[in-house]
Amino acid sequence: MSLKNNKPQTITQKILAYHCGKDYVEEGEIVNANVDLVLGNDITMPLAIGEFKKTGIKKVFDENKIAIVPDHFTPNKDIKSAEQSKLIRVFANEYNIKNYFEIGCMGIEHALIPEAGLAVPGGLIIGADSHTCTYGALGALSTGMGSTDIGMAMATGKTWFMVPKTIQFRFNGKLNPWVSGKDLILYVIGKIGVDGALYKSMEFTGSTIDNLSMDGRFTMANMAIEAGAKFGVFNVDIKTKEFLNSIGKNEKDYKIFKSDEDAKYEKIYDINASEIELLVAAPHLPSNIKKAKDLHDVKIDQVVIGSCTNGRFEDLKVANDIIAGNKVNKNIRVIIIPATQKIYLDALKAGFIENFIKAGCVVSTPTCGPCLGGHMGVLAEGEVAVSTTNRNFVGRMGHPKSEVYLAGPAVAAAAALTGRISIPQV
Amino acid sequence: MFINDKVIKYGNNVDTDVIIPARYLNTSNESELAAHCFEDLDKDFIEKSKNRKIIVAGENFGCGSSREHAPISIKASGIKLIIAESFARIFFRNAINIGLPVIVNPEAANNINDGDNIEVDLDKGIIRDITTGKEFKTNPFPDFIQKIIEKGGYVNFIKAQKEK
Repeated sequence: MSLKNNKPQTITQKILAYHCGKDYVEEGEIVNANVDLVLGNDITMPLAIGEFKKTGIKKVFDENKIAIVPDHFTPNKDIKSAEQSKLIRVFANEYNIKNYFEIGCMGIEHALIPEAGLAVPGGLIIGADSHTCTYGALGALSTGMGSTDIGMAMATGKTWFMVPKTIQFRFNGKLNPWVSGKDLILYVIGKIGVDGALYKSMEFTGSTIDNLSMDGRFTMANMAIEAGAKFGVFNVDIKTKEFLNSIGKNEKDYKIFKSDEDAKYEKIYDINASEIELLVAAPHLPSNIKKAKDLHDVKIDQVVIGSCTNGRFEDLKVANDIIAGNKVNKNIRVIIIPATQKIYLDALKAGFIENFIKAGCVVSTPTCGPCLGGHMGVLAEGEVAVSTTNRNFVGRMGHPKSEVYLAGPAVAAAAALTGRISIPQV
Repeated sequence: MFINDKVIKYGNNVDTDVIIPARYLNTSNESELAAHCFEDLDKDFIEKSKNRKIIVAGENFGCGSSREHAPISIKASGIKLIIAESFARIFFRNAINIGLPVIVNPEAANNINDGDNIEVDLDKGIIRDITTGKEFKTNPFPDFIQKIIEKGGYVNFIKAQKEK
């Protein structure tokens, strides 16, 4: 979709302009934009509902454009969590929220929302969860905000943005075996740091990205926030369209925006993807990047494969390719969490779940669970995990003296077999 | 607005998981959250915050999760102001939205020491370190953000718009 204005713009500028009825927006300008979806979960939505009610506004702006996904501590881990979940369930009923996902049809929100067709190209989505930036993989703009912003957007259907500058990351070259979207985004975060894209939009392009699967792109967009970014965005291509077709969306359901060739970038990184090896982020920052092959001395206690970052079908397939027919190391726990009910079912049909269980893994219903030290795999003092999740801050997965190494599914699955940080031997 | 108090100083990349660990996010109750504020970073925070009400920190303060529980727990601990070299964007919005003053000022953040007594004139944008005698000038917020602050937070801002 092209806007009338002839000034060159990035995809980020264009989508923001479109959502405030303009042809052009300037970087640094503060705009009030209409949003297509407002999202919250069992942790952030109770606060958002409280703020929404304070406005005295009686109805949400659009019953179809709010999504509530109880995914963090669900199935409820304790009485207090159950009370929080109850609060959002009652609100969803009372305000006739169409996209409330009870746990039987639930999934981790950032895997579920695209699957449910609630994020499409050209859309503008905000969510009270920092990993809302995931939908940039679809050529949409999406970002995390706090509960007050979400509560106010539930009332008004609008929110304000400062139009960000864009940093472009061009990946070219063929990926090494087992290297995935996770390694690409860890590489970027290692290069620019946890605030390297603070307030910025990250735009990912290049032949490597053209060849990357949608699941890989979701992983990359998901972790844009780990570099401080507001958005992480990709162009729409044949792979995006195939994904959208698979969920029953065709071109009349969305709008494709593209950066102009002479659009202005704050910086452009040209990255030779063929030089990127399997990576891990060592404790306690996602930017503390090391080569997985150099850390074989690190003994671990737990492996987690799941989360909004890496709990998708392709991630489980990689884990299956490595784990199937083997036994996990007897000294460690291996927890595998498909990100949605659909992914769980697809993995079941593909035989992965049986292979995981026979190998000695635990397979859980969808939940954010251990990623944020909630439940389903909290670490004790001194324990070490390799996890396909997104953060390794102090205390993230449990005890403040536990440690998390972030990795893609290949390294995590290899570690499941050896009990050490490993790269696949197959 | 005028704030005169002592400083608690922290480093770079203070993340929301150490500000309020997720294990305490099964509640939205302010005082329950305040009881665990900074628990995994500084076990003495609650004791310190009894007579030191300004936090000064390095780069990217509040990075990580969007949990508004983070600035809520800080505000409910009695902290009146945070000065940092930079803030993570979601934390910055959240703090403004709930009426917790935040100032971006790398020079002040670098020069003010733990325990210093400082005096801040938020309207004039002047930070004075009484202990060292140094003075720092801060840039005003963009107009739009200033309006949210003047209304005492984003909810009041939206309510006022609705009433127009």
